[in-house]
Amino acid sequence: MLTFAFRKLLTLVGTMIGIAALTFLITNVAPGDPARLVAGPNATEDMVATIRTEYGLDKSLPEQFIVYMGDLMRGDLGQSIVTTRPVMEEVLRYAPATLELVFVAMALGIVVGVPLGMLSAVYKDGPLDHVTRIFSISGVALPAFWFGIILQLMFAVDLGWLPVSGRLPLVTRPPETVTGLLLVDSLISGRFQTFWTSLQHIILPAVVLSFPCLASILRVNRAEMIEVLQSDYIVAARAHGIASFRIVALYALKNAMLPTLAMIGLRFGWMLGSTVLVETVFDWPGIGLYAVSSALSSDFKPVIGVTLMIGFFFIVANTLVDLAYAWIDPRLRSA
Amino acid sequence: MTTPITSPSTPPAAAITMIDQTELSRPLTFRERHASQIRQWRLYAHMFRKSFSSMLGLTLVVLFLLLAAFGPLLAPYPEAASGAIDMSNKLMPPTGANWFGTDEMGADIFSRVIMGARTSLWIGLIITGIGALVGVPLGIIAGYGGGWLRAIIMRITELFLAVPGLALALAIVAALGPGITNCVLALALVWWPGYVRLVEAKTLSVKEELFVESARSIGARTPWILWHHILPNCLSPIIVKMSMDMGMAILSAASLGFIGLGAQPPAPEWGAMISVARTYMPDWWWYSLFPGAAIFLTVLGFNLLGDGLRDILDPRSRDR
Repeated sequence: MLTFAFRKLLTLVGTMIGIAALTFLITNVAPGDPARLVAGPNATEDMVATIRTEYGLDKSLPEQFIVYMGDLMRGDLGQSIVTTRPVMEEVLRYAPATLELVFVAMALGIVVGVPLGMLSAVYKDGPLDHVTRIFSISGVALPAFWFGIILQLMFAVDLGWLPVSGRLPLVTRPPETVTGLLLVDSLISGRFQTFWTSLQHIILPAVVLSFPCLASILRVNRAEMIEVLQSDYIVAARAHGIASFRIVALYALKNAMLPTLAMIGLRFGWMLGSTVLVETVFDWPGIGLYAVSSALSSDFKPVIGVTLMIGFFFIVANTLVDLAYAWIDPRLRSA
Repeated sequence: MTTPITSPSTPPAAAITMIDQTELSRPLTFRERHASQIRQWRLYAHMFRKSFSSMLGLTLVVLFLLLAAFGPLLAPYPEAASGAIDMSNKLMPPTGANWFGTDEMGADIFSRVIMGARTSLWIGLIITGIGALVGVPLGIIAGYGGGWLRAIIMRITELFLAVPGLALALAIVAALGPGITNCVLALALVWWPGYVRLVEAKTLSVKEELFVESARSIGARTPWILWHHILPNCLSPIIVKMSMDMGMAILSAASLGFIGLGAQPPAPEWGAMISVARTYMPDWWWYSLFPGAAIFLTVLGFNLLGDGLRDILDPRSRDR
């Protein structure tokens, strides 16, 4: 298991370097002058020339790449033009909001998706199965940004049950930062009112973000459950007169969870990508919104910084899934 | 002897005497030569027709294609798509004259949604087309060739797959500059790795088949084997994936349009329309409702169609 974990860690580092190279390529292969891109659309020739020397853009590409990688190693992602602050600092400031949103959405997807998948497998071709089928097919096709707007219209504007957007109302003082996750921090500092408010704020964006994920978790879990429920050991367990609930919830689910776990890892990355949309709709101050607003003001460094950060989270998540996989199923450790 | 004649090429011995020699030497008609394929396709069609969701998908896709083909003829106000301004009519709710209401320029939203179908069709075709044209050959080369070539291709592929597509496309569009062309280009750049992985896996299994080995043993050249044996056997999953990807590509392009990096108004693109409509929330709800419904139904259609095609063409890979 340790060798396996070590090998996975090496792959993680390798992929990270690869992604860094990819972002470098995007910056430099794109037509147009990277110095002009950094300088922004309103820069004069002099400013562009200054930036070119300042950023070392007059050097050869391999030299630039070494400098770029060195900066990355030291955690230097460059500077934002709009705020003139280090991108790393800003990304780290916005990242907890995104992670909080993704975690809640993921939890929602698992907590709702797995039992629903299980039930539709047990009651295959029943009414519930038909409903979840429509649900899971349309879940993937639903444009997240549009679904978010519709939910805002319904639950925030029309019914007034939930806030339209943001993480906390402007008048509410955020709790002391410990983890950066408002839900956790407010509980740590014992401010239950703030916890309740931030929970209300996160519901709609989390539902929108989790919907496609929930749909695919449900689908995979259902398909696996159907297959597992037909296997010999389940039949044997039934023949022994073990309670049906115990068979389904304990024996069958455990075996159906492996492919579901793979799907969860895959969907995690997809969710990180979709935060770009969901955060825009709900004005959620995370790295997705940061990337979009930077991209719209031609502020290029933050976009690359966020891309790297999302890639990093995704690879870490995938490595964790691989490790969990190997932990559950020792046969996979040699793969 | 009552043995029925099953195939014109191998009649049972007893039946030969019954058949006129001229009848045997007659060139076979198209239906006779392709009898087995025709039967196979009729079975496919039957299975497809029996499935409600497949038929729903097909209907939605055909509807979408019709709108894309005849949009300018069907739209009541085709000039709405090219930025016509009618300020006396702006932001009107749905009425008999403007079924989906009007936008902030007074343009008919119904017409703009219809005209948007053609934009979306182009976007989907180009992205999936480039994705498949780049990804399929690379996948076949990687899977059939093996060795260092495979290692290089698969490493690069995995690298692209290691960053969520939308985030990577966003970075590329940010570098290239906003606009529909750059948006399509960026999405095509992140789309091909999916095909490489699919085709590589399929090629790996097909190349071990006996018929490939036989072809090789009688001296068939590699390109010939790839074209006549490997590619046809990879075709089913590719078709299924392309159908599903049409929807997902349209959705992704609309997402970039919504962010403001894709199609720029007044181009009639659904995502960009919702992007503008969002600023007119919540009082002018119809503005964002209808373009979004168009995206949803189109993507749903392609997904259901792909799902139905998989059921008949590639049943073993279901839910994988």
